[in-house]
Amino acid sequence: MAEFVMPQLGADMTAGKLLRWRKNIGERVQRGDIIADVETDKADIEVEIFASGVLDKFLVQPGEKVPVGTPLALIREEGVAVPAAGAVPPLVRTATAMAPIRAVAPAPSIAVPPPAVSPFSGRLHISPAARKLAEEQAIDPASLAGTGPGGRVTLEDVQRAVQARMAAQEPPDRQTRMRQAIAAAMARSKREIPHYYLSTTVDMNRCVQWLAQENTRRSIADRLLYGVLLLKAVALALRQVPDLNSFWKEGKAVPSADVHVGVAVSLRGGGLVAPALHHTDQQSVGELMKQFLDLVQRARAGSLRSSELSDPTITVTSLGEQGVDSVFGIIYPPQVALVGFGKIAERPCSVDGQIVSHPLLMATLSADHRVSDGHRGGLFLAALERLLQEPEKL
Amino acid sequence: MSREEIRSAVLRALGRIAPEADLSQLQPGTRIRDQLDIDSMDLLNFVIGLHKELHVEIPEIDYPKLATLDGCVDYLAGLLKTA
Repeated sequence: MAEFVMPQLGADMTAGKLLRWRKNIGERVQRGDIIADVETDKADIEVEIFASGVLDKFLVQPGEKVPVGTPLALIREEGVAVPAAGAVPPLVRTATAMAPIRAVAPAPSIAVPPPAVSPFSGRLHISPAARKLAEEQAIDPASLAGTGPGGRVTLEDVQRAVQARMAAQEPPDRQTRMRQAIAAAMARSKREIPHYYLSTTVDMNRCVQWLAQENTRRSIADRLLYGVLLLKAVALALRQVPDLNSFWKEGKAVPSADVHVGVAVSLRGGGLVAPALHHTDQQSVGELMKQFLDLVQRARAGSLRSSELSDPTITVTSLGEQGVDSVFGIIYPPQVALVGFGKIAERPCSVDGQIVSHPLLMATLSADHRVSDGHRGGLFLAALERLLQEPEKL
Repeated sequence: MSREEIRSAVLRALGRIAPEADLSQLQPGTRIRDQLDIDSMDLLNFVIGLHKELHVEIPEIDYPKLATLDGCVDYLAGLLKTA
């Protein structure tokens, strides 16, 4: 038996509200299936499952808000008999059910104010999992009535206390919650990550000319935006400098085998999300453009999938259309780098000893100094610039 | 197709990219981009929307002619007349 738990969809998420189940008890589910809709502070998310089997039991009902990591349902391996009433099957919180989400997104420490009173006395009986959750949620376990053997405080006791606290609080509106979530993640990033910043000016003349020519050959629905060239170039440059395509986890850098570029999308009405374009480095610019269009539409419509929020290995933000020259962004933990782009503007530059006017773009890198040094960051920007001089090869 | 029908088609296409906007307040001579906070992806979706509504092929080089509501109607009326 495996547990399907409330996923952590980014460093700024501590809890989620189950909106509805998409599958029924007894139904077969496969890895990647969307089985539930969950409301987070930022958006309503379609949650995929990362294990296969048969949906055995719902542990949480629609409308309930529970902390990240709370078991939502039990998944039985296919072919395994339904346990008899009263029998207690071995419960396995399988890696397949949890690792893809948990591995990349440790709980944000910023959202956890220190408890006013040290919650742990030597005589308190509490399970390690319950102790951890109580610490994360700033709940004094001594105030809880333990329901375990000998009055031991269990994980379920702490989860109930968290839910009771949530129920007692007046829920702020979505905009307020989104700002709070962004504030938590960004404050954590600035507090914990020693950022360094680099920038370079990229001559976009070849990209602009190639794109104009290319788009005359494409139907309206297949036209490219220059942003997709930037995303593909970032992904390929990461292959050359993979240090920046990592996660900071448990005190060390863990490289990601795949490149999933997260795209910062501003939402109408305020706030932003940064969902992933999966395997950005392996797709043609045409395929990427289709996915980019779809992703932005769904982000703004509030129908993103859980993997799109949990998988980004780096974030790209572009503020050129707002007239910004350059962007020095804040890294989204546990990622270790962020790439920013300003506007493309005609400016004088020197080409082959001649002063000419070309469309120039400022590309910036914000990187985690615990993981990489300026030398590696410089190599990344140099690779990015080189790649953008040959747009036809992207 | 009348100018009013073209205008309605433009507003429908804009409504799909900015569903939260009150399009009755749109100033016909002021840049749409400034009034609705749209970006290049919205513009592309707008052009795709006009293609679906009016079956017109708008080349990229003509995008600046779509800057205002009045500009859209003028441009599309000309395009439909020559089609």
